[in-house]
Amino acid sequence: MLDNVRGQNEDRPANTGAADHKAVGTTSLRTILRTVFAFRESILILVILVFSAAATIASPVFLSWPNIEAILVGLTTDGPVAVGMAMLFVAGGLDLSVGSTLAFTGVVAGLAVTSGFPAPLAILAALVAAVAVGLANGLLIAKLRINPFIITLGLMITIRGLLLVIAHGQAVLNLPESFTVIGQGRLAGIQYPILVTLFLVAAGDLLLRHTRFFRQNYYVGGNERAARLSGVRVDQVKIFNYCIIALLAGISGLMITARFGSASLTVGSGLELRVITATIIGGASLSGGEGTVLGAFLGTLFLGVLANVLNLLGVDVYWQNLVTGLMLILAVVFDAANERRKAS
Amino acid sequence: MHDLVTLQHVEKSFPGVRAVKDVTLGVAHGEVLALVGENGAGKSTLGQVLAGVYRPDRGRIVLEGREVSFGSPLDALKAGIAIVFQELSLVGSLSIAENIFINRQPVDALNRVRWAELYAQTADLLRRFDVNLDPRMLVKRLSTGQQQIVEIVKALSTLPKLLILDEPTSSLTETETKYVFEATRRLRSQGMSVLYISHKLSEVFALSDRVAVMRDGAFIGALRTAQTNENQIISMMVGREIGEIYGARNGPVPAEPVLEVRGLSRRGKFKDVSFTARRGEILGLSGLVGSGRTEVARVVAGVDGRDAGEVILEGVPLPNGNSRAASERGLVYVTEDRKDLGLFLGMSVQDNVVAPSLRAFTSKLGFLQHARIDAFANAALRAFAVRTPSVKRKVGLLSGGNQQKCLIASWMSTHPKIVLFDEPTRGVDMGARQDIYRKIREYSEKGGTTIVISSELTELIGLCDRILVLYRGAIRGEVVQGDFREELIVSYATGLRSPKDTRS
Repeated sequence: MLDNVRGQNEDRPANTGAADHKAVGTTSLRTILRTVFAFRESILILVILVFSAAATIASPVFLSWPNIEAILVGLTTDGPVAVGMAMLFVAGGLDLSVGSTLAFTGVVAGLAVTSGFPAPLAILAALVAAVAVGLANGLLIAKLRINPFIITLGLMITIRGLLLVIAHGQAVLNLPESFTVIGQGRLAGIQYPILVTLFLVAAGDLLLRHTRFFRQNYYVGGNERAARLSGVRVDQVKIFNYCIIALLAGISGLMITARFGSASLTVGSGLELRVITATIIGGASLSGGEGTVLGAFLGTLFLGVLANVLNLLGVDVYWQNLVTGLMLILAVVFDAANERRKAS
Repeated sequence: MHDLVTLQHVEKSFPGVRAVKDVTLGVAHGEVLALVGENGAGKSTLGQVLAGVYRPDRGRIVLEGREVSFGSPLDALKAGIAIVFQELSLVGSLSIAENIFINRQPVDALNRVRWAELYAQTADLLRRFDVNLDPRMLVKRLSTGQQQIVEIVKALSTLPKLLILDEPTSSLTETETKYVFEATRRLRSQGMSVLYISHKLSEVFALSDRVAVMRDGAFIGALRTAQTNENQIISMMVGREIGEIYGARNGPVPAEPVLEVRGLSRRGKFKDVSFTARRGEILGLSGLVGSGRTEVARVVAGVDGRDAGEVILEGVPLPNGNSRAASERGLVYVTEDRKDLGLFLGMSVQDNVVAPSLRAFTSKLGFLQHARIDAFANAALRAFAVRTPSVKRKVGLLSGGNQQKCLIASWMSTHPKIVLFDEPTRGVDMGARQDIYRKIREYSEKGGTTIVISSELTELIGLCDRILVLYRGAIRGEVVQGDFREELIVSYATGLRSPKDTRS
């Protein structure tokens, strides 16, 4: 009876993981391609594969295990943070303090473990410290409704200052093996941090994509007022997400500290912007409601592979920032053009 | 008769305005109660009190004989009261299914969403309400009308006892409107009660069992729809004779053309629009939401560019898409969206009033002449009866009516020849509306030309000398004062009548 209330099937929900449940219509090659390319993840995977193929041809070293391992180890710092950043972006948030939180966690653990606490206790204390930063972010942002950019910028500076104070401006050196094993140990020949990172990505993607609890993020980021009116506890969701990302930054901080065997005071500077870049390349929107964990991780992987390839080709390191910046711009221009095409 | 729900002595105030004053009103089982009133009468606020969005300052809500108190819309929903908001509250980046089952998705023991079940349930619901949409479609790809229908299905999916519809048809096409009517009637036949908030009397008479009227926050009365008529309802809504509110023209209808619009088109918005406005005339632009009213006005004023046609002011064409040139020549556009497009809410009343004429108060060296600005702003605020404790007060802190008067004062103070008003009284109380109408009359008598866009027909009928009716981006009809009747204008606006049907 209502002929004009009718939609076509062409757009698959890009962030619901829905299209794979049921094939609709005729399965011609075109529909399959269109379905595949509605997902940012597929495009990124394709781009990464093309890059890798080119790199393999240009340099035989690329596909060697040491090089692949180097790329993967490189992901263990940004990767876990990107998981949290994707969740936060979907909920309409943003966190600039992650780099500082990461360093802070390492210093807390380092100080604890060098002053005689057993490693598990030091790790626990450090993670509690990380979550405390997240809680501070979340409470200020959700309860006082202050812009997340400003609050997390404030905490980014404050926490970096705090760790300088508690470490008296000096890196914490000579960490015991009971602690460094978490960054240097191996399982089946693969370093722990790589395994931890891959696990966090898989778990994070599953949670955000498929659980009702985490799907609240999409409502909060997509239309906060509507979410509130529909009974979503918006403040609670926000606070929780800031705690999650701080926890992930903490885990990342512990792994890098253990890997180096010392807690550096400058580690993680600039990480926040790199992770945000990767998250946006991975399809998340700064205005909320869109994005996936897998996308953010693939964005991180893409930047990692890019840097590696530029290195292998002997491109001057100064070029890397330039290329990374252009990639970010390219990704958002692609999105804007795509959105415009669909809207018309 | 035993009512499903009763409001008793309900009051609700916001800073600067008593939105609902001592309202006592009941909705019976299985009835469609229309709640009517002009913009700003408090009907939406009352609906939102009932739906748990606002807690009443005073008074009680009694549902099925028991007093209830809702802390949130979710509480109201659990008690059986669902609301469809006037402004859409959907998440564009999610599918229809996830919007309908917001935070109620079926899940397994691990909290994982059962997608197949979610889509099946949604498809089932959509089929039940005769909506032919794919549950997986993203909401942002739907038309506004389709989104509105998804909203209604979302509300109905909870099987409420009372459904509150707040201006549900304001953005719908005619087919979609018919669909909403059909659905509403079906719900009533199934024993559901509906509170239908609207200011469109044609809808009210087509649909409701009873009509309740509000004015300036107060409950005026309720009548059986079958035992009343439009004139009675209108006089209850406005509370005084029409002439008292809108004033009347002194002297003859003007004849000298001042603005000529010829063959104006903008792709995808409107096509081949031509009309003439005369010196001193008050010309109305009517039409449904999406008919192109606002778009035509914006192109005439040069805010947006045109693809074809001409805009000729006093015999000289205006450049395409240049609002600055248009306002320098004396043609200005006063936006319908004062909060986003019209005012600088964080700045003072004075800064706002002076903003469009700032160049006139700048010395040769580029410095602002503060003494002259003060005098100018004070005079403008007095002339437009803006009530503010001080010219330094932030405009965002004033009431809606005073904000609107500031916006109008700022543009009228540039001494324009033609003013295009887009919804000049949206969200404005009766006192401020009368002030605004009086200013428009004064301006017209001094030879200024006014073009008024409004979704309130009573306003256009009361104020205008002539009304042009748009339908799907083209002028469908022209009605002159003397022939003004609501149903005639509505029949043009909904495309039921074309200009060839000359007899009415």
